[in-house]
Amino acid sequence: MTAGLTFNGINKSFGGAHVLRQVSLDVASGEFLSLLGPSGCGKSTLLRIIAGLERQDAGTVAIGGRRVDDLRPKQRDIAMVFQSYALYPHMSVADNIALPLRMRRLSGMQRLPLVGGLLPGSRTTQAGIAKEVTRTARALGIESLLARKPGQLSGGQRQRVAVGRAMVRNPAIFLMDEPLSNLDAKLRVQMRAEIKELHRRLGVTFIYVTHDQTEAMTMSDRVAVMAEGEILQVDAPQVIYADPANRKVAEFVGSPKINMLPARFGADLTHAAGTTFDVRARELAGTAGTLGIRPEALHLAEAPGTGIFTGRVRLLEHMGSDLFVHLDLPHDGEGGTLIARLLAERAPQIAFGQTLHLGVRTGRILVFAADGRRVQPDPAPAAVLRSYA
Amino acid sequence: MRAVVDIPEATRPVRQRPDTEPIAACLLAAPAFALILLLFILPTLAVFVIATTDWQFGARSLSFVGLRNFAELLADSTFRISFANTCLYVLVVVPATTAIGLAVALLIESGQSLRAFYRAVHFLPFMATLAAMAVAWEALLHPTIGLANQTLTALGLPTANWLRDERTVLPVLGLIGIWQNLGFAMVLFLAGLKSIPSELYDASEIDGADGTFDRLRIVTLPMLGPVTMFVVIVVALRAFQTFDTVKILTQGGPAKASEMLLYTLYVESFEFLRTGYGAAVTVVFLAIVVGLTLLQARVMDKRVHYQ
Repeated sequence: MTAGLTFNGINKSFGGAHVLRQVSLDVASGEFLSLLGPSGCGKSTLLRIIAGLERQDAGTVAIGGRRVDDLRPKQRDIAMVFQSYALYPHMSVADNIALPLRMRRLSGMQRLPLVGGLLPGSRTTQAGIAKEVTRTARALGIESLLARKPGQLSGGQRQRVAVGRAMVRNPAIFLMDEPLSNLDAKLRVQMRAEIKELHRRLGVTFIYVTHDQTEAMTMSDRVAVMAEGEILQVDAPQVIYADPANRKVAEFVGSPKINMLPARFGADLTHAAGTTFDVRARELAGTAGTLGIRPEALHLAEAPGTGIFTGRVRLLEHMGSDLFVHLDLPHDGEGGTLIARLLAERAPQIAFGQTLHLGVRTGRILVFAADGRRVQPDPAPAAVLRSYA
Repeated sequence: MRAVVDIPEATRPVRQRPDTEPIAACLLAAPAFALILLLFILPTLAVFVIATTDWQFGARSLSFVGLRNFAELLADSTFRISFANTCLYVLVVVPATTAIGLAVALLIESGQSLRAFYRAVHFLPFMATLAAMAVAWEALLHPTIGLANQTLTALGLPTANWLRDERTVLPVLGLIGIWQNLGFAMVLFLAGLKSIPSELYDASEIDGADGTFDRLRIVTLPMLGPVTMFVVIVVALRAFQTFDTVKILTQGGPAKASEMLLYTLYVESFEFLRTGYGAAVTVVFLAIVVGLTLLQARVMDKRVHYQ
């Protein structure tokens, strides 16, 4: 019963603060979409607008092609998992999971304590609900916890109960608001896999809000990167990483952070960090901008030369298979630091303080105009010829 | 000291010093302990001891009478009336104060404007000196020139001599008790409402519990459990201690219809100077207070903290 989601021209401000500006997006049915951005970028507000907990100032939200702007949250066929799990502390796990079903299937009179159980039909309904609660709990591996109160559970168990409460009524869309940020690192990795698996099994649409790029990149079909109330780019994780639409996306995604070097674009060559690169962007010729180089695009070079960075090793971080090298660039070339990610086995004995040369493949250099816009460099004639040779 | 200078830090023996920590701890706790002993524990013990004597206030001699004071207490119709009145008073004041206090808090919290004003208005009676307020109530309830009866007369309704009528005096005192404690309950409930995480309301809305009644039943009331328990106990304790209004407005009358425990205690101890007997009343009173407090501690731990 999964459904797609469309929102169009969503605007929202709180007091004077503009939180969302003209946000539009189509989410395919059954897709896992992450809203990724730093805190305060409006991603949670967007999620709350989809849920109906917040009303947008302008724009429309449609679920499964049906406009839901005037529907209350319970009528929207969505379920939500909150960062704090928001379990009812006075109810057992079973009652927590059963609540959405009780609210839907029992009348107001039937829900009354004591009296409700005596009304016609309520026993059968209750039994049906209990069966579904047990089934959901079994699917999540929390069957043995049904009688406990949330206060007696660990973070990961509470998380599963919250997912169970969302799952039990088969919503068309799952909304998740930073569901893993209250868990410790190890559990987070495990729950990441479980949520991904849940998505595969249920096959319904997931909208997942997070500020953690690892979560967004590892779990999503597509990632929508947000900043300052706008969606900067919506693409598959690998595209977001390799082909960012602008400087903000490039800087937000990737760890260690992408190297950003101030550059001057000439007609044929680009000058940055005291050296020149075989990168031409004719539309930027004569202007200043930025070159973006992912740490893993750098490789060791034998000797200084054009397109080779030379600097002094300031910090070495051994990560097991990888080695992060922080290089201080010389001050005559505007200075700055360069971070390279080298394969540990390929890197010879690099020592703190030594002078190192790092080269980069021209094709892996990202070009940004002064306003942050990404510009595709013009193909280098020589390179084209070489590739045909 | 010179001898140890050459020994490396790690191998130097730790100097054996007499363990002064327990002494320091005792010294630090001593002032508080002395005060508690002097102002709380000794007087309480004294009450228990005096309750088993026939001591009269100011008398130079006393003799032990065992439990005779308690036997007399149980047989004394004044004490029994007083005890029954107090219980009735508490049973009226506590539920009413709690319910109305919660209702007012919910109203203030759901409204947008003038919140501070409403809070202040409802809290004022709790701040005011009850003795002074009692005088104001006396004027209001005056049989002929009081506002209450004048209003009733103007509306063509029957009037009463509120504080001199056996049937009305206790309910009227209860009303004043509710009026006085309402603000206290309201302020605590307001604080309790503020501390309910808003995500719980969001979750209940998504789960389909978005009606006023369902929200109350599923989120608000259960989450107010600890506060409610506290309000009930504290208001009950305050109601048991009611004295000012009785002393100023009714002196326990008419015909002991408004006789209450603390007033009985006061009259026996300081007007009739039967200190031994008064101490026995105090013991009963203490038992009630301690019982309520223990109940609160037990229920709080088990039922309303949901851990």
